[in-house]
Amino acid sequence: MSTTTPKLTSGAMSVDIAKEGQRTVAAPLGHALLEAAREDERIVGLSADLAKYTDLHILRDAMPERFYQIGMAEQALLGAATGLAMEGFIPFASTYSVFATRRAYDFLCLDIAEADLNVNMVCALPGLTTGYGPSHQATEDVAILRGMPNLTIVDPCDAIDIQQAVPQLAASDGPTYMRLLRGKVPAVLDEYGYSFELGKATMIREGGDVLIISTGLMTERALEAAAQLEKDGVGVAVLHSPTLKPFDEESVVAALGKGRLVLTAENHSVVGGLFDAVARTLVGRGIGERVTPIGLPDAFLDAGALPTLEDRYGVSTAKIIERIRELL
Amino acid sequence: MSTPQTPPVPEASAGPPAPQAASAPASARDTALDPERIARIQEAAYRIRRNSLIQAEVQGQGYIGQALDIADVLAVLFTDQLRLDPLDPESEDRDRFQLSIGHYALALYAALTEAKFFPLEELETYATDDSRFPMSSMRTYTPGVEISGGSLGHGLGIANGVAMGLKRKGSDRFVYNLLSDGELGEGSTWEAAAVAGHHRLDNLIAIVDFNDQQADGKSTDMLSMEPVTDKFEAFGWIARRCDGNDVAAVLAALIELREIQGPRPRVLIADTRLGKGVDFLEDREKLHFMRVEKEEWARAHETLKQSHEALVASPQKDDAR
Ligand SMILES: Cc1ncc(C[n+]2csc(CCOP(=O)(O)OP(=O)(O)O)c2C)c(N)n1
Ligand SMILES: [Mg+2]
Repeated sequence: MSTTTPKLTSGAMSVDIAKEGQRTVAAPLGHALLEAAREDERIVGLSADLAKYTDLHILRDAMPERFYQIGMAEQALLGAATGLAMEGFIPFASTYSVFATRRAYDFLCLDIAEADLNVNMVCALPGLTTGYGPSHQATEDVAILRGMPNLTIVDPCDAIDIQQAVPQLAASDGPTYMRLLRGKVPAVLDEYGYSFELGKATMIREGGDVLIISTGLMTERALEAAAQLEKDGVGVAVLHSPTLKPFDEESVVAALGKGRLVLTAENHSVVGGLFDAVARTLVGRGIGERVTPIGLPDAFLDAGALPTLEDRYGVSTAKIIERIRELL
Repeated sequence: MSTPQTPPVPEASAGPPAPQAASAPASARDTALDPERIARIQEAAYRIRRNSLIQAEVQGQGYIGQALDIADVLAVLFTDQLRLDPLDPESEDRDRFQLSIGHYALALYAALTEAKFFPLEELETYATDDSRFPMSSMRTYTPGVEISGGSLGHGLGIANGVAMGLKRKGSDRFVYNLLSDGELGEGSTWEAAAVAGHHRLDNLIAIVDFNDQQADGKSTDMLSMEPVTDKFEAFGWIARRCDGNDVAAVLAALIELREIQGPRPRVLIADTRLGKGVDFLEDREKLHFMRVEKEEWARAHETLKQSHEALVASPQKDDAR
């Protein structure tokens, strides 16, 4: 083994998604939450033994009296968040996406969503952001949650989205679920004069040939692909929809019908996420456009190194470009 | 899979047995354990630690503290207690060893390698692309790996079903389930503990690695589950607790738990020390996910060797024999 080229390794709990040399913000959720907590004394943080891995340690260390360590007990985490919200507090509860959605679904659904309480779940490792394998890859969390009434679902692109989302999530009345990017998180969207508005999709850049409707970190890759393709004279528009529910159908419809090649791009299974949200928007309005989904396959993903897997499943920037060239 | 013609009739009265007088101490405690047997297991534990270092070095970081802390328990299991055949990893006749804590995968691969399931060279593929040794152990990737880990708190529930299945088939094999102190926080663990007690699964042996460590810090600071043995006993289990880094004590306890009579599931709480055997890792800030610098690996191997030699040279403790 040692004589051959070393294979890429999985990394695990400690990997950042930022690329070398990229502009980043450290722990954007943690700092934004701390700031919000300083302004509103109703805000509290809770974690199920993952404060350090969801950036809630920033709040824990600065304001220990506003933080609850629940231990590794995700159902109890959401139970406690429910009770705190019933008493008028605004909890931000953190774990990994897989554990909030798979393990604690019933608690989230009935105690939090049905009661329409202001509980905010901030959950790391969405989609393919770890090479650890299916136990940690939340490839279907949005599919699981889109059917849950009352719940707002946010898939941020970068540190800017996260920082600006936090106060809006706290201020919105009902329950929210944010797919968290943690650690050193890329700063991307500030270059485009963008600001996050809960419930709104935003046209980040225009282009005459292709429209990518994207969400989450795939917006960054869509923008990279757009910049590359521009050099070949291909104009790519990118419509970023960080709020997946309620879905900003109007902005999507307004962007269609211009004779462009249309794709969706999401860090999620092609089942039950952004592609489906766009498809139902079109069908419901009788709009007959072909939309090509870029996303994770309807399969349990392999364990391995992230760059390998991103290529394997067609969600890397290079693969997005390849796909668009095939289709043009 | 051979199913017996007539499945055994379920016990007439399910439910936890009435409390009995304290069971007689098992033979192993009184019978002196053969020093050669203990020395042989200690050698295996040393090699399991070495195998773990080899894997962790591929990554440069990871669950090395846990692999070092659990090596003594795994050595007792994989070189003494478990009935396993590396040439037939799915043999109907095997004991079932289930790793509930998927992140301890490198420790399991190290132990399976010691038990001749894999060639030594394969250790260097740990957590690399397309390896049979993913960072979190999965049933679908690796011969000898019985269950898929990664999401904690699943193991004990599955162990119950396997224990039930073995009984239905009239098998006298045991299910061993290795879980962590962190998993004691999951409600599912205690649901499963109650089920095992109720159904009198006396062919189930759980082992809890009590390293007093979780992702965010010390287990006892975060969500204390003490007194752990009392809790299991209250759920209808036979519970023992010992120094999980003392091979003789672990061996004695596991022999006792296998031999002891009584219609109850069994659990060993093994108090272990994160990083055991590599002193500078033992002394380092306790971390769930440890980073070891490039230049430290050679020193880690050297320190491990020294501490093993010191252990072998020291007289066996009386109380463990
Ligand atoms: C259900 C679930 N919740 C959270 C996690 C994330 N996680 C991985 S290891 C870990 C610590 C659990 O405690 P323990 O197994 O005792 O940790 P160790 O001794 O290995 O540090 C956590 C919270 C997980 N894998 N599964
Ligand atoms: Mg532990």
